[in-house]
Amino acid sequence: MFALSSASIEKIPFWLDPKKRSIIAQVVVLIMFGLLAWYLVSTTLGNLGKQGIATGFGFLDRESAFEIGESLIPYSAADTYARALLVGVLNTLRVALVGIVLTIILGAFIGIARLSGNWLVSKLAGIYIEVMQDIPVLLQLFFWYAIFYGMLPSPRQALNPIKGLFLCNRGMIFAVPQLHPSHKYIFLAFILGCVLVYFLRHWAISHQARTGKALPVFKISVIILVGFPLLTWVAFGAPTHMDHPKLHGFNFKGGVTLSPEFMALLLGLVLYTAAFVAEVVRAGIQSVGKGQREAAMSIGLKPGQVLPLVILPQALRVITPPLTSQMLNLTKNSSLAVAIGYPDFVSVANTTINQTGQSIEGVALIMAVYLIFSLSTSAFMNWYNKRVALVER
Amino acid sequence: MKKFKFGAILSVMLVFVVTGLVMAGTLEGVKARGHLIAGVNGSVFGFSMPDDKGNWKGLDVDTAKAIAAAVFGNANKVKFTALTAVQRLPALQSKEIDVLCRNTTQTLTRETTNGLNFCQVNFYDGQGFLVPKKLGVKSATELGGATVCVLPGTTTELNVADFFRKNKMKWKPVVIEQTAELSKAFFAGRCDCLTSDASQLAAHRSVAPNPDDYVLLPEIISKEPLAPVVRHGDDQWYDIVDWTVMALIQAEEFGITSKNVDKMLKSQDPQIQRFLGVTPGMGKALGLDDKWVYNIIKQVGNYGEIFERNVGPNTPLKLERGQNDLWINGGLMYAAPFR
Repeated sequence: MFALSSASIEKIPFWLDPKKRSIIAQVVVLIMFGLLAWYLVSTTLGNLGKQGIATGFGFLDRESAFEIGESLIPYSAADTYARALLVGVLNTLRVALVGIVLTIILGAFIGIARLSGNWLVSKLAGIYIEVMQDIPVLLQLFFWYAIFYGMLPSPRQALNPIKGLFLCNRGMIFAVPQLHPSHKYIFLAFILGCVLVYFLRHWAISHQARTGKALPVFKISVIILVGFPLLTWVAFGAPTHMDHPKLHGFNFKGGVTLSPEFMALLLGLVLYTAAFVAEVVRAGIQSVGKGQREAAMSIGLKPGQVLPLVILPQALRVITPPLTSQMLNLTKNSSLAVAIGYPDFVSVANTTINQTGQSIEGVALIMAVYLIFSLSTSAFMNWYNKRVALVER
Repeated sequence: MKKFKFGAILSVMLVFVVTGLVMAGTLEGVKARGHLIAGVNGSVFGFSMPDDKGNWKGLDVDTAKAIAAAVFGNANKVKFTALTAVQRLPALQSKEIDVLCRNTTQTLTRETTNGLNFCQVNFYDGQGFLVPKKLGVKSATELGGATVCVLPGTTTELNVADFFRKNKMKWKPVVIEQTAELSKAFFAGRCDCLTSDASQLAAHRSVAPNPDDYVLLPEIISKEPLAPVVRHGDDQWYDIVDWTVMALIQAEEFGITSKNVDKMLKSQDPQIQRFLGVTPGMGKALGLDDKWVYNIIKQVGNYGEIFERNVGPNTPLKLERGQNDLWINGGLMYAAPFR
């Protein structure tokens, strides 16, 4: 009675053994799920076959025969569907990446303003957050788009606030430096500067640890990052030729054009998501105990050092996970572009689906692409989160 | 575990129920439901758009009503689903709707790889360009470098790309899915030109802030036979929709209207007697009531009446019959014999 032999344990029937039971249950669930998936796929394929609807991804190699409004790579109606979809992916990435950077800057700024001791600044930030969070982003997009095409004049009466910049209902058109061989070297000089700054910072930290003297790292970094490219530019004889936009026929030629669709989408997404990011930032900063700030002040850190050295490193641990989800939100919301005519991935994929009739393949592609976007953003942010996370000993 | 089993059984049953419905013919499905579901555009005046009282009006709407009259003997037993150009074909393929009457162009790809069948054409159209008068453009070949507003997922989107490619002109599309948003953007000056089927351009212009500020360019760059669409694989339903449109055309040719159809029942012409079901047989062959044509014409009218009522010279669209006149008047509207 006291010592249960191992033989008697094994006699417990497997359906009463919680461990085995859970394994069996999981296997059964898996099999059922597999069967269901197989059933759905085979039924779908069968039904499509019965209706004579073509299946497969063969259409990707066919000529797309439709035009796309803006593209980062050369594209024409004579290119394939695959290339059209790639144009869409790049357009989505373009608005998502620029949007994420601007959102984080604006969100951090408003989040800090919300905590400001200045009553007016704090209240204004509060109003901004409440208003922006409460209006659906689609409405905001329609609003900004209507502003861009409704308020701005036609190209022939374009606003010209400063030389080389035009504003009209075809977008914002501005002059850019004409392509020059020096550009390559200026870029290289900038990269070289970045590498140098990286080593400088490391050296400065060990230098401070050895001697106790802090170097003005920030000032030196700025000088290197601006000075190197500037010196290269001067060394090439300071070419100042600009590619100025000129009105030609219906539209401007030359310069760079940011379309109303792109600007409206970017503005709508950034202003909307920044409100959420501001709250995330505020919560993160407030999560750091008051004592931390007081302790930092009491050991003699200057006010300008307290935030970057003591508060932010701790706040970032709280901020990073919800910030990741806001970045994902922005990327996914960019698919609302279809409503205002920005040719993002969903818009191009929709057209492809309709021109080819391959809805299932098209939707699968859309899901796969967004999954890849989201998973890679998550992977990067998880890696970053691990870096800033508290290392408990 | 119990919960899971229940869920699994339920989902398997659901799949069977769904496939069961799939197997039944469209006509039986429609009759069992008690009303027809027709996919329409919803925002093209003259073709399909609710009026200020919420009643659906338009040529495509009347076509769908005619089908309802043929099936149920009641033209009002139809519900309309507004679809964008991108949504329309999947909606039909996935059986959300029974028939698509949404100014859809018959093409080879749509009839083959998309698994659809186009019935008798109810409007012959062609693609044109609408431009603001103040632009001073006289011909579409002067549109090089223009920004063009266009709907996605349409044949127009492909035709316009072909047109500019053929004429070696550069252009920039602005592609917006919602028809109403697209025309707003055009009238606000976002694009130099709006391209679509000429009838739709007339519809757009009729709702412009100032219709006289816009002109249609003379070029018609494509053939757009617009027809009701059904799915592959249900020949009976295809025949019903096909012959409903033919009945509208034939009635006009016979001179039968909604006003004189009762008198026409007493006609001694054997063709008209067969047509209106006085001599039975035609309706039965389709699986319908022998009075089907009578019901259509009595409640909806013949093709000419539908045209005049929705898009003709006395409507804001002011379209002439042109290609859409009867073949005996030099048009393309021609119904096969009812015998």
